[in-house]
This record gives sequence, structure tokens and C-alpha cells, in this order.
Amino acid sequence: MAGISVLVFREVLEAALIVSVVFAATRGVPGRGRWIGAGILAGVLGAIGVALSAGLIADAAAGMGQELFNASVLFAAVVMIAWHAIWMATHGRELAMQMQTIGSEVSVGQRPLAALLVVVALAVLREGSEIVLFLFAQAAGGSGVIDVAGGLALGIAGGAATGLALYLGLLRIPIRHFFTATNWLLLLLAAGMASQAARFLVQADLLPSLGPRLWDTSTVLSDHSVLGQTLHALIGYDARPAGVQVLFYIVTGALIAIGMRVWGKPGRGAPRAA
Amino acid sequence: MSLKSVPRPLSALVLGFVFLLGATSVAAQDAEVKIVIREHKFEPEEVSVPAGKKIKLVIDNQDATAEEFESYELNREKVVPPKSQISIFVGPLKPGRYPFFGDFHKDTAKGVLIAK
Repeated sequence: MAGISVLVFREVLEAALIVSVVFAATRGVPGRGRWIGAGILAGVLGAIGVALSAGLIADAAAGMGQELFNASVLFAAVVMIAWHAIWMATHGRELAMQMQTIGSEVSVGQRPLAALLVVVALAVLREGSEIVLFLFAQAAGGSGVIDVAGGLALGIAGGAATGLALYLGLLRIPIRHFFTATNWLLLLLAAGMASQAARFLVQADLLPSLGPRLWDTSTVLSDHSVLGQTLHALIGYDARPAGVQVLFYIVTGALIAIGMRVWGKPGRGAPRAA
Repeated sequence: MSLKSVPRPLSALVLGFVFLLGATSVAAQDAEVKIVIREHKFEPEEVSVPAGKKIKLVIDNQDATAEEFESYELNREKVVPPKSQISIFVGPLKPGRYPFFGDFHKDTAKGVLIAK
């Protein structure tokens, strides 16, 4: 059961961290719980569908279907996050000021929640499909129902607890800096996803690596420690990135930052209002 | 024009990217290596590959359950569905040992790529 729960935890962790950032970024929006819940549910159903068609996906595109699929899912999430971050840069300051004066229960509708629903769904789908495949393999390999179900429950509980801890930590950010902070987090999240997508395309030989290993910091902080994996999910930390991953990271981050500045009426800095 | 080591400034990165995008399909002759998964073990468990060359790893899973080929050192992971074959590109590698494992059966599925 321990082995199963560890793998499940590792997969759930990444999705849970993304959900936490999204949950924080939608603070003050009525009905956001339903939106995010719907995103998670869609992600779980999608994960089962992806796991069931793993063979089909793997065989597609001359054996590179998995990489193309993963890269597409990541790029789709990047676009959705960019949209939301830029939208928030234009409205976040007013939101923060409203929430300061009227309290956090203020109703601020018409935010692009659908974009973030997609981000949540895609994160859950990506990590979830690996869990489903793994549990199939475990069940077929003779692990008992109690081991599989117990490991799954423990892993999900652990991952969800970590996500909750991040969310509660984010809530401690003062409200007037809050949306600036979550917006920058979303920017880094998107940059990290673009870097991961680039890695998949290098793996499929569809992109040049520009140096297969630009640096190696695995002895300082392994990607596969809990901290390393947390940073991987949140800001795209990679202990051994290919050059092209770094390029995608920088370009994506720069494009979103430029978008936030160009379209963001009050600018991208913290609100100056006292 | 040796753009092997990626320069740091963004403009140079972008420039290098454009150049190398054109060069990617050249890839002279990639080495190809086949690894079989049977009863949650890799065969062979030690694989010799040439250093300094891009390598195509072909993983043939003959088991009835899925496996996930994973290597921290190679920075790669890919699901290998039951009774099917996938390929994965790595390198060019510096000489050395690059352990890999099956993430779904970590106790038994272990191997190492040796680049010489």
C-alpha cells in the first residue's frame, strides 16, 4: 500500500498545487467552488478516458502520439493561463480595491472562469491518467483491493493536504498585493508548462534540444524530492533542462509579462493606492 | 557558427533557436537501441550506446500491463502501454552511466544506459 500511495501522492501533488493556485487566483468569485469542482470532475473522467485509450494515443503520430498529446495539453493550459493572467492584470487592481473596501464577499462576476476550469481539468487529466494506468497495472499484478484503494486514498489525501497548505499560505498575502502575487504565480506556472511541453517535443525528436543538458542541479535539489517536485509543478523547476526548455520558459514568461503590461491598464506593479 | 553551447542573452537564444530549428532534421544517423520489457524487467538491463550521438530507444513492452519508462538522469518519462512498442529520443550523451527504471514496477524494472 505504501508504494502505491507514494506514486499516487506524487501525481496528485502536481495537480493539487495547480488547483490551489487557481483557487487562490479566483478568490472572491461567487460559485468558484462549483467551477473548480467541475474542472476536477472533467479531469478525472478525462484521465480515465486517456488511460483507456493509452494504446491508441501511443501508436498515433508514428509512435509519438503521447508526446504530442502531452505537449498539446500543456500548451492549451498555457494559453488559458495567459488569457486569465492578462485579464486579471487589467482588472485585478479594481478587484483588490473592491475587496478591501466591501470585504471579500464582494461579487465580482464575469471573470474568465471557464479558462481556469480548463486549466484545472487538464492538470487533473494529465496526472490522473498516469494514476489510472498505474492502478490498472497494480491490480493486474495481484495487488489486493485494499492495497489499491488504500494507497489511492492515502495518496490523494496527502496531495490534497499539500495543496490546501499552499492555499492557506497564499491567503496570508495582504489583499492589496494578492492578485499581483497570484498573477505572477500563474505566469511562472505557464512558463513551467511551456518548458515541459518543449521537453516532450525534444523527446519525440520534433524540436532540437539546444543542448540536451544545459545544467545539472540534481545534487542540490532533485526534481524528485517533494520540494523539487513542488517547485517543478509551481514554477517549472527542472534539475536537468534541455536548452530549448529554458528558451520556451523565458519566451512564454516574457510574452505573458508583456501582455500584462500592454493590456493591463494600471500596469503590472502592485497597486499604489493607499 | 557553433551554437552548441546556448548563449544566455534572450536575443541570442532566439537566434540560435531559429538556426537549430532548421538543423534538427539533419541528425545524420541516429543510433537505435531496443529494450524489451518482460515480466516487469528490462532485457537487457545494461545497454551500451555511443556517446555524442542522438539515440532512439525503442521500448517493447511484452507484458499485459502498462509500464512507465523513466530516467532521472536522462530527464525522460513515457508510458509504455501493454503489448506495444514506443520510441523515445535521448542525447547526444556524454560518456557515463544513465540509470533508468519502470515507474510502475520499481522493484524489478531497473536498467542502465552506458554511453561510451
